[in-house]
Amino acid sequence: MIRFDNVSKRYPKQNHPALRDVSLEIERGEFVFLVGSSGSGKSTFLRLLLREERASEGQVHVLGKDLNRLSNWKVPHMRRQLGTVFQDFRLLPNKTVGENVAFALEVIGKPRGQIRKTVPEVLDLVGLGGKDDRMPGELSGGEQQRVAIARAFVNRPMLLIADEPTGNLDPQTSVGIMKLLDRINRTGTTVVMATHDQQIVDQMRKRVIELEKGRLVRDQSRGVYGYQH
Amino acid sequence: MRAQFVFSEIGVGLRRNLTMTFAVIVSVAISLALLGGALLAGQQVNQMKGYWYDKVQVSIYLCNKTDAATAPACARGAVTGQQKREIKADLEKMRVVDKVYYESSEQAFKHYKEQFPDSPLAPSLTPDQMQESYRVKLSDPEKFEVVSTAFSGRQGVHSVQDQKDLLEDLFNLLSGMNRAALFLMALMLIVAGLLIVNTVRVSAFSRRRETGIMRLVGASSFYIQIPFIMEAAVAGLLGGLLACGMLMSGKYFLIDQWLREQIPLINFIGWDSVLKVLPLVLAVGVIMPAFAAFLALRKYLRV
Repeated sequence: MIRFDNVSKRYPKQNHPALRDVSLEIERGEFVFLVGSSGSGKSTFLRLLLREERASEGQVHVLGKDLNRLSNWKVPHMRRQLGTVFQDFRLLPNKTVGENVAFALEVIGKPRGQIRKTVPEVLDLVGLGGKDDRMPGELSGGEQQRVAIARAFVNRPMLLIADEPTGNLDPQTSVGIMKLLDRINRTGTTVVMATHDQQIVDQMRKRVIELEKGRLVRDQSRGVYGYQH
Repeated sequence: MRAQFVFSEIGVGLRRNLTMTFAVIVSVAISLALLGGALLAGQQVNQMKGYWYDKVQVSIYLCNKTDAATAPACARGAVTGQQKREIKADLEKMRVVDKVYYESSEQAFKHYKEQFPDSPLAPSLTPDQMQESYRVKLSDPEKFEVVSTAFSGRQGVHSVQDQKDLLEDLFNLLSGMNRAALFLMALMLIVAGLLIVNTVRVSAFSRRRETGIMRLVGASSFYIQIPFIMEAAVAGLLGGLLACGMLMSGKYFLIDQWLREQIPLINFIGWDSVLKVLPLVLAVGVIMPAFAAFLALRKYLRV
């Protein structure tokens, strides 16, 4: 599903590489936490997965494709098989919940009939059934994140990438979001989640990958958060 | 491609930047009206030049039957075959003469018909009323006088005319105006281009949330860019239509209503010339802004 072979990433005009010599493999259907302090390279790791950046050295394989060799015009097609969720939700404030989810399908040219059918289904799945016509501003943070997850999942991606999805939420709401991500994982979707949330990582007991100053320092199955702030 | 989605995005974009859109429409309209005007002025000059203007410098008109009564030079009647042969031979002997063409009265009639298709005189005119002529190309265009003195007043010659004398000043004026119009057009096109680049920048900034999400969910770059390009193209199309309106009202009010009555002798361009220019104006109006937008997107929109 994901394979990093000796991956380094250097940004121009920066002395220290954001990632150094990272090698790892993530199998289909895994749930992986990506931990590490700010600046440890988590974001770069995720950006490489999304092909927002290319590795400076080494190879990144995602969904069986070598992303270094993937030509630019094929990147959109690759991204259609990924779902992405962020800390700040990134919803469109002037569209309803239903329209926000539908947007993801509209812009990749899906037929209207299919959109009408899938959007309520996926909203049901994330626990927002019947809230199609609400505006994002009327919803709580947890509900907004559920909308974002619905949008990321509506295309049934093979891989869901979550960048601190609970970062803006209170602990109780976070648990709800994690249950949802776990359920999505159980449908067979691989989940890679960057997080700072110790409680969640310790509770879930999933594989933990820890980065420190761009190096892979720990890769532990059924791991815990593991380091103190 | 979901057309409805794209069109609603275009409408939203144009309304959001209403003032900028208006500026784009006006500047495109002015530059295209100048372009159309310059093209039409060029056609007007060509039309006025007629068949011989660019080919020869001197025309030697020969007497015909009807001239005998009206022109003193032709008092002895129409030119004879003998006189014509002599004139031709003398012309060809002259050093300054490069080439001599003969225009029969039938040809003269035909050329006249082509140049003045709707002249009030045309229906009553017959070929034998037209003058035969020798049309002379000089090796040195300035040496008109040499030919003129040699043939003026000669038997069978009605008149010798310096082809350039008649219209050259007018043409110089027109071509000067033409150049000025094209220069202004280029300036306005640059202004329009810069306005479009700026509009796209603002538009890309205010839609960065949408485009960011589009990128993430895997919309193709074409799909992301097309609303911006269409926005510019629609504004350009409106400007083009405005320019067409300006050209048509120019033709109607300036030429048909005013100039045609002030200067009835000149054969002005007709509606067919105007209508032929309009598609070009519209095409430039759509393509140029779309292209400017495309270039701007490469700078201001990551896809």
